[in-house]
Amino acid sequence: MFNVIQQKPETFYDLFERKDGDPHVTHYCPGCGHGVAHKMIAECLEDLGIQDRTILVSPVGCSVFAYYYFDVGNVQAPHGRAPAVATGIKRSRPEAIVLSYQGDGDLAAIGGNEILHAANRGENITVFFINNAIYGMTGGQMAPTSLIGQKTTTSPFGRSLKNEGYPMRVCELLAALEAPVYLERTAIFDNKNNMRTRKAIRKAIQNQIDGLGFSLVEILSPCPTIWKMTPQESRQWVRDQMMPYFKLGIFRDKTTTQTPSAVAASETPAGLEAGSAQAASPQGASKNEPSSPPPTNSLEELKPRTDVSLDEVPAILGIRATERPGETHGQAVYGGNYNERSKFYEAASATPQGSGEEFFPRDVPEQYRDPQIKIAGFGGQGVLLLGEALAESGMLSGYRVSWLPSYGPEMRGGTAHCHVRLSQNEIGSPLVSRPTILLSLNKPSLEKFLPEAVPGALVIYNSSLIDQPPSRTDIEALPLSATEIAEKIGSPKITNMVVVGALIAKTRLLTKESVFAAIEALVKNPKLVEMNRRAVEAGMQAVMEKEEAVKV
Amino acid sequence: MTKELIKGNEAIVKGAILAGCRAYFGYPITPASEIAEAAAYYFPLVGGTFLQAESEVASINMIYGASSAGMRCMSASSGPGMSLMQEGISYLAGSELPCVIADIMRGGPGLGNIGPEQGDYNQMVKGGGHGNYHNIVLAPNSAQEMCDLTMLAFDLADQYRNPAIVLADGYIGQMMEPVEFPEEGRVGPIKNWAVHGDAATRKNVLTSIYLSHEALEQHELKLAEKYRKIQENEVRFEAYKIDDAEIILVGYGIVSRVLKSAADRAREYGIRAGVFRPITLYPFPTEALADLSLTTERFLTVELSDGQLVDDVRLAISRRHPCDFYGRRGGCVPTTEEVFNVLRHTLTHPAECNDAMALPMGMHAV
Repeated sequence: MFNVIQQKPETFYDLFERKDGDPHVTHYCPGCGHGVAHKMIAECLEDLGIQDRTILVSPVGCSVFAYYYFDVGNVQAPHGRAPAVATGIKRSRPEAIVLSYQGDGDLAAIGGNEILHAANRGENITVFFINNAIYGMTGGQMAPTSLIGQKTTTSPFGRSLKNEGYPMRVCELLAALEAPVYLERTAIFDNKNNMRTRKAIRKAIQNQIDGLGFSLVEILSPCPTIWKMTPQESRQWVRDQMMPYFKLGIFRDKTTTQTPSAVAASETPAGLEAGSAQAASPQGASKNEPSSPPPTNSLEELKPRTDVSLDEVPAILGIRATERPGETHGQAVYGGNYNERSKFYEAASATPQGSGEEFFPRDVPEQYRDPQIKIAGFGGQGVLLLGEALAESGMLSGYRVSWLPSYGPEMRGGTAHCHVRLSQNEIGSPLVSRPTILLSLNKPSLEKFLPEAVPGALVIYNSSLIDQPPSRTDIEALPLSATEIAEKIGSPKITNMVVVGALIAKTRLLTKESVFAAIEALVKNPKLVEMNRRAVEAGMQAVMEKEEAVKV
Repeated sequence: MTKELIKGNEAIVKGAILAGCRAYFGYPITPASEIAEAAAYYFPLVGGTFLQAESEVASINMIYGASSAGMRCMSASSGPGMSLMQEGISYLAGSELPCVIADIMRGGPGLGNIGPEQGDYNQMVKGGGHGNYHNIVLAPNSAQEMCDLTMLAFDLADQYRNPAIVLADGYIGQMMEPVEFPEEGRVGPIKNWAVHGDAATRKNVLTSIYLSHEALEQHELKLAEKYRKIQENEVRFEAYKIDDAEIILVGYGIVSRVLKSAADRAREYGIRAGVFRPITLYPFPTEALADLSLTTERFLTVELSDGQLVDDVRLAISRRHPCDFYGRRGGCVPTTEEVFNVLRHTLTHPAECNDAMALPMGMHAV
């Protein structure tokens, strides 16, 4: 009929040697609910055969020393943070059975946010919430679950509605969330309720084994020492005082309808696939996007995976092309036009010096060498991309380069500027405080930065938007109707590339080929690449015509 | 070997993945958000975990969990978020859990602004959280080093079972430069002390509580011995034109770049200036600076904060010489010309051992 077992479960240590003092007894007080809850959990772990897989996260509170007793993997968490710690463990070791064991101060007060969000994410963890309406370990201070009128060391006149508000009902709170699979409140005070508690513990752990998601069991639990009661009195207090406010019962049970969610966390819900945010800027890069990340076309190819070998990692990061000797040339791996870029490198590294020598311009007039370039205009004029194009092209040509943006709150209507350096030597400061070349796309930026330009600086300004020539006579001013030229080609958005064309025609700092390669690498929409190229050529043309006119 | 023009913040993420990091937990904040954004893209692609936490408090504790489980894991933030992480970092240090956290410093205190500052020096280098512990703190000054030092940070963190911080300012995070990434990825070491959810690691406990005073003292002495070893073996710095220097400029991060340009400028004027750049802020290159003070008398520390780095410089050299200080705040970064002016002023005045913000007005402006 009954098989009487008179020994501890395997999942408890026989002797509690991690603890000071008598290794045969726990540090819990006689009549405390923790001992009962511990035993039920330990028996369950043994019965389910998951001792090796189990990792128990213990809180700050009396059960901080749960690792004295449980012969499972143990992690002790900062106060209130056990659900976050458990999240980190579970996401790292999905096969592990991760239990978070918390008291009321830990879970409902200081850790309120962590439990709320772990529950809301539907983390596949199991939480045991021991509610005894008091802080035990620290000696009887008020808990968020202390009852109205309950006297504690920090509510010596009794918890008042006016001062501390209502006791917090955690199960009811979490039941407002969609994700939790199983929420039940039980109590430890008599055999019937202890057995209900035992059953709930098993169900909550089984749910995790089955990959169903977030389960929490709130256990109303006696604390005779701090309540200053006998064990018997404290059990009656659970029944008579706590239970009328904290109603026992199941607040959520989707156990039978829930599908295993072990993989759900890493799946992209249908309809939320990436791509919707991609169309924002026709030219691709802008200051609020990662500079190199995902072109739309590669997002379709690259998806979250679990079976990635170490060999594949550099290619996924865009560090080298996937093709190996003997294989046919594959699709671009990353950056869309990565192969275009690497072609350039192959050619570049074939030269004796091994770094862009073939493309390195040799006929740069003295005054334009080692330029300190400042580029400025309205936000939205492509100022940052203009700078990136120069830096990318410079890098491909074998220069040392740096690109430093002005960055600010993501608001409309601001001005943008960036600093670009192209140098044959190591670049010290990437800050351009005294530009030798100023590219100004609108009037306010010319007014702002013209005083910074060194005497003799080249100032290319967008005469489409700037009606007055620069006020200084000690600089070389080059008007360029960049916006008009861009509009003729098809869009004012390529004003920036018209300026690039003018700059390279004027200074010969970069070859057209290297700029084209940079555009290939930076502009994500292939349709726009051609338009950008034409803008560069038109900018070059405008300067050459001017110079011809001067010669004539 | 190919180069990629890339932001420092993104270089951190690629470096982390190449170093075998497969778990990222973080909360967005300017100017560090590109790290979270790039991690959100790349980590799932390489089979890793990316999770945007509900707060920095949660993210550092997710790191605590992932590190307990033996993962190479990381987070990133900036000043206000780093403040929130301090509790967790103290626990990580106390439980001897390795992790890497990038702090892309912004202006402060309070909400401050998002400009580049170096005001988190004290909170990251000196502790910041409670108790006796140190972070390993690495200070990159280029996009390349954002990758390289992040990778090194993972190795050091695991070697010493200690949190490692990559401490950069907003400019180093936002700046794009060519980076040569290693062409082979690595995996982190197997950690026998962690809890893997298996029989082999079942007896392991990760905790920072030691109830008995004596036991805690023993634990802290063990930590102290670890920090001593770190100080002995892991100091890194860069010295630029210091052999004949009559004045040495000291700075890290973006400032060190400006200092190099200023030293070059000074040498054009016949002033023998050099630059000393700590790469490890903890362990601080105290010995190296002390040695330099045997041959050089004048030191000028420049930082984007109110005199935090200079405290460590003064501790290193003060037995022999004072150190002048020039600090900008609020997101203002001194220009080459500005530092050159301060340098000239320093050399024509007796060493003051005080804040050179007391310089004549106008010297700060270009």
